[in-house]
Amino acid sequence: MNFISLQNVFFSYTDVEEQQNKKYALNGVSLDVKKGEFLAIIGHNGCGKSTIAKHLNAMLLPDSGKVYVDGDDTSDEDKTFDIREKVGLVLQNPDNQLVASIVEEDVAFGPENLGVPPKEIRTRVDNALKAVGMYEYRKHAPHKLSGGQKQRVAIAGILAILPECIVLDEPTAMLDPNGRDEVLSTLLELNHKKNMTVVLITHYMDEAVLADRVVVMDGGNILTQGTPDEVFSQVELLKKHRLDVPQSAELAYRLKGCGVKIDKIPLNNAECIKMLEEVLR
Amino acid sequence: MVRDVSFGQYFPGKSIIHRLDPRAKIIMFTAYLVIIFCTFNYISLAITTLFTVFYIGASGISPKFYFKSLKVIIFIVMITSLLNLFYGPGEPIWQWWVFKLTVNGINRALFVTVRIVCLILASSCLTFTTSPTELTDALERLMKPLNVIHFPVHEIAMMMSLALRFVPTLLEETDKIMQAQKARGADMDSGNLITKVKALIPILVPLFVSAFRRAYDIATAMECRCYRGGDGRTRMKSIHMVKRDVIAFLTLALIICGVILCNIFIPAVI
Repeated sequence: MNFISLQNVFFSYTDVEEQQNKKYALNGVSLDVKKGEFLAIIGHNGCGKSTIAKHLNAMLLPDSGKVYVDGDDTSDEDKTFDIREKVGLVLQNPDNQLVASIVEEDVAFGPENLGVPPKEIRTRVDNALKAVGMYEYRKHAPHKLSGGQKQRVAIAGILAILPECIVLDEPTAMLDPNGRDEVLSTLLELNHKKNMTVVLITHYMDEAVLADRVVVMDGGNILTQGTPDEVFSQVELLKKHRLDVPQSAELAYRLKGCGVKIDKIPLNNAECIKMLEEVLR
Repeated sequence: MVRDVSFGQYFPGKSIIHRLDPRAKIIMFTAYLVIIFCTFNYISLAITTLFTVFYIGASGISPKFYFKSLKVIIFIVMITSLLNLFYGPGEPIWQWWVFKLTVNGINRALFVTVRIVCLILASSCLTFTTSPTELTDALERLMKPLNVIHFPVHEIAMMMSLALRFVPTLLEETDKIMQAQKARGADMDSGNLITKVKALIPILVPLFVSAFRRAYDIATAMECRCYRGGDGRTRMKSIHMVKRDVIAFLTLALIICGVILCNIFIPAVI
């Protein structure tokens, strides 16, 4: 079952009146997100990946084309908040997403907006904080946390709304490697244990490798998509569009270029070591 | 530099004062403000001071922080008490040039000092023991009747709590911008007052620009979390008046009665 479905979506940030040389941020994108999958959207700056994120929870509405979330059209204004309840969006800058001065009160912000009874908010907040491993920090002030911790609190704030899908717009762009690991392992756990649909927008190829499916964007359209294996074996295509590939895939690609026979492109360190072992044997 | 000020900070804790209903605390604080300026003789002044000391003790926060918050206003206290000291009405007991010392002046100076110090201590006690969210929550609830005259109570409370949340973040940012401008050769420490104020412009402009950008981001994040104004909103921490709040009110009522009685039966000294 497709949970989210984008159908031939066009979107432009310029005014509707300016018909000439109109630049589209999204250029007829069609994309389906299945329930329970971990989808990564990659692409370099300005390729429209953040614009897609904002379409998924009705923050932006398509100029033409349709976006359906769980069967509801996002352009239907009566459904806006239902959709935002189902699809939570986590933004890039963790500082600007935390609205309260205490961690647990911030996490409670979403359910409070939905009018959830106080007792249930309490359990939702506790569960959300436990899910991201920030329960011990519930009484802390957000500005005293590290970047990774802040971003995990932001994720908890979305989880407390009990969404079916969580969309993250470059959640790790402003974090150090430790913070990035924290956030990614949290996401993987949510996806595996709670069967949460995750849409991760990123420009780190190493993060995209962890997903079930990778969508590569370029110039407001989908360049290619498939499993990480399928996508990252097309090294030439990615290079042509100035996109990186994971280091191990890059190594395999160069070895191939030197005439070494390689069957499967490795995507992480362990696979890479195995490949090298085989090559050297 | 701004960070040393402890006035307005919140220290989480579990003392009886922390657990008082924030609404009760705000009402008591307001009543206290009135009372402290209705003390006209030493006995009533002593009663209110003792009351302050009692509450500070019960708050379980190190006196160090109270002293810190006093440090900020020491100049104001000194100037006002000096003015009162030398310009009180009545027979001078000592005079030199324009300075004349009167009994009344000495009394006034003492009263002003004690009143301001008590005031700062009490407000510190309020902010130290009440989280900003609790404070704005309580204000929102206390001002709820104003909704009848279409006063945007919820919006104002939300603005206040957001402002309080972003004070430390913006302070951090100011620091960063200052360092960045210094790295580019900006001189902020030398020159007279006017040049110093002018030197602030390259800090304020980027600060404002980034604050606006931040505000836009926050609005997006809030919308993503289904924010749609105050209607139909619930709160995680519902607050109820309980026995300890009643007791707190009783102690205050006792002090009020004490001060009034003192004012009636003991002659005023100022």
